[in-house]
Amino acid sequence: MEFAQSLRLILPEEILSIGGLVLLLAAAWLGDKASRAISIASVALLVAAAAVTVPTLSGGAMGPDTQAFLGQFRADAFAAYAKLLIYVSGAAALMIAPRFFEQFRAMRAEYPVLLVFAVLGTGIMVSAGDLMTLYIGLEMNSLAAYVLASFLRVDNRSAEAGLKYFVLGALASGILLYGMSLTYGFTGTTSFAGIHAALTGQLSTGALFGVILVLAGLAFKISAVPFHMWTPDVYEGAPTPVTMFFSTAPKVAAIALTMRVALEAFGNQADAWRQVVVFAALASIVVGALGAIGQSNIKRLLAYSSINNVGFILVGLATATQAGASAMLVYLAIYVMMSIGSFVAVLMLRDAESNQIESIASMAGLSRTRPLLGWCLLVMMLSLAGIPPLFGFWGKLVVFRAAVDADMIALATLAIVGSVISAYYYLMVCKTMFFDEPADQVKGASDWAHWALLLIATLFNSPLGYLLTGWFDNLAGKASAALFLAA
Amino acid sequence: MHPILIIVFAPLAAAIIGGLGNKALGSTVVKSITTGALFLSCALSWPIFLGFLGESYTPTVVPVLQWVQSGSLSFDWALRVDTLTAVMLVVITTVSALVHLYSWGYMDEDPDQPRFFAYLSLFTFAMLMLVTADNLVQMFFGWEGVGLASYLLIGFWFRKPSANKAAIKAFVVNRVGDLGFMLGIFGTYLVFGTVSIPEILAAAPGMAGSTIGFLGYRVDTMDVLCILLFIGAMGKSAQLGLHTWLPDAMEGPTPVSALIHAATMVTAGVFMVCRLSPMFETAPIALMFVTFIGAATCLFAATVGTTQWDIKRVIAYSTCSQLGYMFFAAGVGAYNAAMFHLFTHAFFKALLFLGAGSVIHAMHHEQDMRYYGGLRKRIPLTFWAMMAGTLAITGVGIYEVGGFAGYHSKDAILEVSWARGTEISHFAFWLGAFAALLTSFYSWRLIFLTFFGKPRWAESEHIQHAVHDAHGHADSEHDNPPAQEDAGHDVAHHVPHSDHGDGTAGYHPHESPLTMLIPLGVLSLGAVFAGYLFNPQFLNSEGFWKGAIFFNENLMHAMHAVPLWVKLTATVVMLIGFGIAWLGYIRDTGMPERAARQLGPVYSFLFNKWYFDELYHFLFVRPAFWLGRKFWKVGDQGIIDRFGPDGAARVVALGSVGNTRVQSGYLTTYALWMLVGVVGAITWVLF
Repeated sequence: MEFAQSLRLILPEEILSIGGLVLLLAAAWLGDKASRAISIASVALLVAAAAVTVPTLSGGAMGPDTQAFLGQFRADAFAAYAKLLIYVSGAAALMIAPRFFEQFRAMRAEYPVLLVFAVLGTGIMVSAGDLMTLYIGLEMNSLAAYVLASFLRVDNRSAEAGLKYFVLGALASGILLYGMSLTYGFTGTTSFAGIHAALTGQLSTGALFGVILVLAGLAFKISAVPFHMWTPDVYEGAPTPVTMFFSTAPKVAAIALTMRVALEAFGNQADAWRQVVVFAALASIVVGALGAIGQSNIKRLLAYSSINNVGFILVGLATATQAGASAMLVYLAIYVMMSIGSFVAVLMLRDAESNQIESIASMAGLSRTRPLLGWCLLVMMLSLAGIPPLFGFWGKLVVFRAAVDADMIALATLAIVGSVISAYYYLMVCKTMFFDEPADQVKGASDWAHWALLLIATLFNSPLGYLLTGWFDNLAGKASAALFLAA
Repeated sequence: MHPILIIVFAPLAAAIIGGLGNKALGSTVVKSITTGALFLSCALSWPIFLGFLGESYTPTVVPVLQWVQSGSLSFDWALRVDTLTAVMLVVITTVSALVHLYSWGYMDEDPDQPRFFAYLSLFTFAMLMLVTADNLVQMFFGWEGVGLASYLLIGFWFRKPSANKAAIKAFVVNRVGDLGFMLGIFGTYLVFGTVSIPEILAAAPGMAGSTIGFLGYRVDTMDVLCILLFIGAMGKSAQLGLHTWLPDAMEGPTPVSALIHAATMVTAGVFMVCRLSPMFETAPIALMFVTFIGAATCLFAATVGTTQWDIKRVIAYSTCSQLGYMFFAAGVGAYNAAMFHLFTHAFFKALLFLGAGSVIHAMHHEQDMRYYGGLRKRIPLTFWAMMAGTLAITGVGIYEVGGFAGYHSKDAILEVSWARGTEISHFAFWLGAFAALLTSFYSWRLIFLTFFGKPRWAESEHIQHAVHDAHGHADSEHDNPPAQEDAGHDVAHHVPHSDHGDGTAGYHPHESPLTMLIPLGVLSLGAVFAGYLFNPQFLNSEGFWKGAIFFNENLMHAMHAVPLWVKLTATVVMLIGFGIAWLGYIRDTGMPERAARQLGPVYSFLFNKWYFDELYHFLFVRPAFWLGRKFWKVGDQGIIDRFGPDGAARVVALGSVGNTRVQSGYLTTYALWMLVGVVGAITWVLF
């Protein structure tokens, strides 16, 4: 009975794992010719997984009924919220890939399969209820991601990106495992609920080491400062669809996982980790902003932008309140749409020979040569900068409001100062596109999937996004409620 | 609906329509709307005035909107209509309507006519708000509004640097006065707890003799308030010390000079003193101050006026001088005489300005009287209009019979200042009498130089250009003739190509169009009859004033009882002035030059306007620029920018460079930072 219940709860994971294996066989059998078909099938898998996840979220599932395999796995509203964001990101990364890889004659059937497994891994991460599940999900995602980063094997930068990601990821995993073992050693349990119960009162030094090391390992995944340094190199070197995937799905998963660990497992020890999170948040905001200013490559700039955005999300975590968690989830959703939109727009920048254009200088005068693309990118940039009335402003607003409500006014103020600095480079991109003499390099055509994704993301980030605020508040509220059940 | 609402708001509506419509509506439409609105206001104003004249109209207050309601401070937009307002209404709307009409002809060639007419109407609205104000704040609104319109109109030809400078000068000098006015309003509110004029005036007598701390001294409350308010009036009415902007304001188009800098705005100070006359009556020291400043201005401006060559500047100094008369009339307590002179002056001074404009128009924008001469036959209608104005300003009249407008109003002022019998009022009488002599001299000098003698046009550059253009040598520099007004006098005048031997250089002045002549005619009627017709009501009838101003019955009786020689003084000095002018500019035209040479230093002193501009430049302008430069270079750039925006930007740039350095691309560095992060975090949490 218990086992059957558990199998029912992990239905999305079953769809993805079984479907992924079938597709892997198909890929081996049919070869690269079938890569488009397999991509379409992969998107269908994600849609199916999303379809079975929706009721969990809308029903606001939480509590013992959502625990599978004796609490090792959670299928609650919080996990569902994160999973839906992950599936959207994964589907987008699948849709934009064929066109991109075909220009290098590098579209292979492994790409969709690897992506499905990466998505599966991230799904397990957000559903983790135990340190073991956490680690399995994390590694499952990471191993797929290392390969994806170096997917353009013949490209030096891509290979370098994969290698760097792998070596540093291994180091981070080591730190994480060390932390997990210490935590287990001092609490005697690996389940989050057990750790929550064990870590009350004065924290022993060993347990403190555990808490910090676990969070540090996770900080690598969300590329929070000072564990961020791989991000610009990997984002720049990895193929653009993969970069888009990295900046969305694993990040959502890692942040959700961090929330679960910090707020649920270590929820009783918020005072122990809060100062570290505050530091990481502010450092990420500042380093993200400062780093982006010097960049001439748009992908590198967006890498720093993602570091910067993570900083704002961590502001919500530092509050350690349900309002803060809810604000983080709202911000995450908006961030995912901003990332998808801006990377798709970058993907659409091609010269006459269909080569990707990545330098910001080449985007000069885009508003005149490619007006629609220019305006969409403008919406993305201003939304990332958090300028009203675009929707990006709402994300920043809810996070700062949560911080202010939690009496962390200094943190909110510094974060706002950081957001002013970060506005500079977004505006610089806008200025290049709108006021500089046209460089007239962007020529290549784009396919409908790109346009569709870009327009959806643009509409989402336009002031029309505010129509969704009530809906988002409701969903994020349900999801974050699931997280604070134990407390 | 009370007609006052239409009178006040029709010009505003016209200004908004004209200003926003501008080129879209086209100049003819805008001109028609603004001029039509003004004639409508004018037509509605006269019945009100005549109603007061017939003593059948009662003062009213027409509420418009609630304005401010804050604690104990509360005041509304409301339009007050009493005798004083009615007098100003007819002056403003009549002159403004005529100036609008006149500008059809005068500004005919200007490409920016809609803007000009919109400004004129805006000015009229602001002036009407000023005179209908029921509280000091609304008066201040109008006060600033006319200042703004004055600035815009002086600088109307904004491509001309001298016009821009003059506009800024007018604005800045007026700010000095406005500061006094503002302090006066604040002080009044502090003392009386209200800004409503009727309430203040009712409470004023009770405050007489009280003292207030001001700048660390105990001083008489009413004196200090009235002097502060009067400083505001000094600025707006160009009284000695704050007068320097008015002559420069002549850079504006001539219709503007007629409307703003002769008939209406500059009289706002006089109006304000009269409106607050019950308050001033409780402040004897302030009144002495007013009398002194008025008399001194009266003399000062007249002396300068005798030496100027620019036709508009002569009239500008004349205006300044006449305003001095009005102030010392108020200072000696004859507010009705001040208002009477304001009323007649508006007609004859507007007439003189518009006449001068007609001359300038005829002489192809030449303004230097040295290049006029012999114009009587060429532009006879303008000549007769100017004659009417001159006869009015010099006060030509026959004792016991009557005379031109100035005869009634100016002579009344001189008589009343004698009749008052105080030291300061006698001082004012003598200064005023001497100024009247000078007035007569410079006015006739203007007439003789312009209309009599032989033509001296040949040496004028403007005329030369006009002749060249007429001969077909189109000169591209001069496609916008109005912008050339007053330009190039310092350049050596060269001998023209074709000397016709009669000094005309072959130029034929032409009489102005009908749109300009009609206003001249109407104003001439005013200059001739306004004094005679309205003399009894203004000077003798308390029933006319109905308490709108402080009316000193005894003083008026005393005025009629002054010795005969006092009554004749004005006429005698007028004749002496006329005689000197005739001698110098008709009989022996070499005499003025000889006199100027003989009186060398005195002449230079007068010709350079008592060196006020130079003194102010040294005392205020240079230190202000020095201070401004210090604030800019040291305060703003050196401190605020350096440690503010620029410093922050530099820190960010440095941070960006630092980050690029750390981001070396080497795995070992990245791994090292991760471990440093872990160790740092643990260390920090542990301790």
